[in-house]
Amino acid sequence: MSITQQHISLPEGSLGKQTTTLNLGPTHPATHGVFQNILEMDGERIVSAVPTVGYIHRAFEKLAERRPYNQITPITDRLNYCSSPINNMGWHMTVEKLAGIKIPKRVEYMRIIIMELSRIADHLVCNSVIGVDTGATAGFFYVFEKREDIYDIFEEICGSRLTTNIGRIGGLERNFSDRAWNLINGFLDSFPIVMKEFETLLNRNRIFMERTMGVGGISAERALQYGFTGPNLRAAGIDYDVRVNHPYSSYEDFDFKVPVGTTGDVYDRFLVRNGEIWESLSIIRQAIEKIQPLDPSVYHADVPDFYLPEKEDVYNKMEALIYHFKIIMGEMNIPVGEVYHAVEGGNGELGFYLISDGGRTPYRLHFRRPCFIYYQAYPEIIQGCMLSDAVVTMSSMNLIAGELDA
Amino acid sequence: MLTQEFIQEKLTAKFGADVSNFKDNYGILTFDANAAINLKVMNYLIEEKELDFSWLNDVTAIHYPDNVGAELAVVYLFQNMKAATRIRMKCYIDLAKPDIFTATSIHESANWQEREAYDFYGVNFIGHPNLIRIMNVDEMDYFPLRKEFPLEDQSRTDKDDQMFGRN
Repeated sequence: MSITQQHISLPEGSLGKQTTTLNLGPTHPATHGVFQNILEMDGERIVSAVPTVGYIHRAFEKLAERRPYNQITPITDRLNYCSSPINNMGWHMTVEKLAGIKIPKRVEYMRIIIMELSRIADHLVCNSVIGVDTGATAGFFYVFEKREDIYDIFEEICGSRLTTNIGRIGGLERNFSDRAWNLINGFLDSFPIVMKEFETLLNRNRIFMERTMGVGGISAERALQYGFTGPNLRAAGIDYDVRVNHPYSSYEDFDFKVPVGTTGDVYDRFLVRNGEIWESLSIIRQAIEKIQPLDPSVYHADVPDFYLPEKEDVYNKMEALIYHFKIIMGEMNIPVGEVYHAVEGGNGELGFYLISDGGRTPYRLHFRRPCFIYYQAYPEIIQGCMLSDAVVTMSSMNLIAGELDA
Repeated sequence: MLTQEFIQEKLTAKFGADVSNFKDNYGILTFDANAAINLKVMNYLIEEKELDFSWLNDVTAIHYPDNVGAELAVVYLFQNMKAATRIRMKCYIDLAKPDIFTATSIHESANWQEREAYDFYGVNFIGHPNLIRIMNVDEMDYFPLRKEFPLEDQSRTDKDDQMFGRN
């Protein structure tokens, strides 16, 4: 009996076609979050891919339109949750730019320490997961211990680990404690050994190189066309780094290199991230050195209109109570205007486009999410690849579902 | 040196009254362009080698319900990579007829961003290869980021604006 005689209704053209449709995701373990790709396969080669996004869309841009400025920080946590502090700082800096708040150098350097630590954590996750997807689980477990150390530092600084909500508009919520400094210094001592070993595990590993070199490559022109930023663009050979090209938070005071690749393939992305981890370490060291001569009691700008007063003053001083009340009720004097501020996030240029009409909430807040923009290139990159290469390519692009779907 | 005055001069010399309202927004030159010539301006920004704004950084939309006849603004952020300069172009369109030409033929990265602008605001990008919803479900029959869907609880009285010196 032929298949048509069984009265099974099949989609038009599906009997004659030579390819297989494969549904990768949305909750497949190989997809690192809620991603779906409908692949058209010829044997084990991918002919075409149709990505679906939006599975965890939470309408952050709409939510932000009713939240006072200091309540938007927790939203930014949940964009790229592998490096929340960078998002938090980016948001604070956007509002500070709009309100014209000048931040003391010491606070900017402290912010840089936090941001670079989270960049290391972000890159560690991404790079070690590339290892997992090529079959090398050891490196993943090994560096995750160090990622825990970074999260311990965040916990000491702000009280939470993953979604940090770190800092405030105008500075940090509290000074670094002695224990925090000790943890940072301890991390700087112990991490390079682990990182070296992680690199020796994979960098020249024959199997790893075979699996990643020439896989998921993209040319510099195509990468620019697709709006790539961050390590993915730099792996393709373009040295665009927001920290260098549009310096913020006093990054111009620091001396660091921007690692670039040539082919833009998975292996180059891996190497660029590893290179950036070393540069981040050097930036943190420089920041600690620069902080030494500065007044150790400064951890926020002197802006009572925006920065919450000390709790003790709130209970004992009328002025402080008024400021506290106004800030909690969202009554900060935010000027009318529109501002764009971008930071170098873990996976690219994270931009905040803020339009204020002088009210207690933004009139419009748009997040420029790097991985939403460069994920468009994914079908083109994996065309003609093996299925297993598509998985490695996805993990090497450092896609974070929270940021992709906002 | 790519100064804001120079960019403004170049653009007004080429497009005259079709580009207007030049303003410096915290270091980013912002201007309005006639929505009908948005692609012409984009092409000019790329082809004029002295400007070289060949990289599209960001596309989004904004809803100004009080701006009758031009309620929706489609906002582009262009970047000159070498000079590390950004400019922003706004094209206002009518909410009743929200048509604008798609930038996908010039900048590949506009594809999903325009789909997002369509999904949130209902901007109809003419010539877009795949203008369907991207974040929300396909069955949705409204555009949620428009201002007619307020989030603030309208029945609240404890946030009396007069108490805070606003009117």
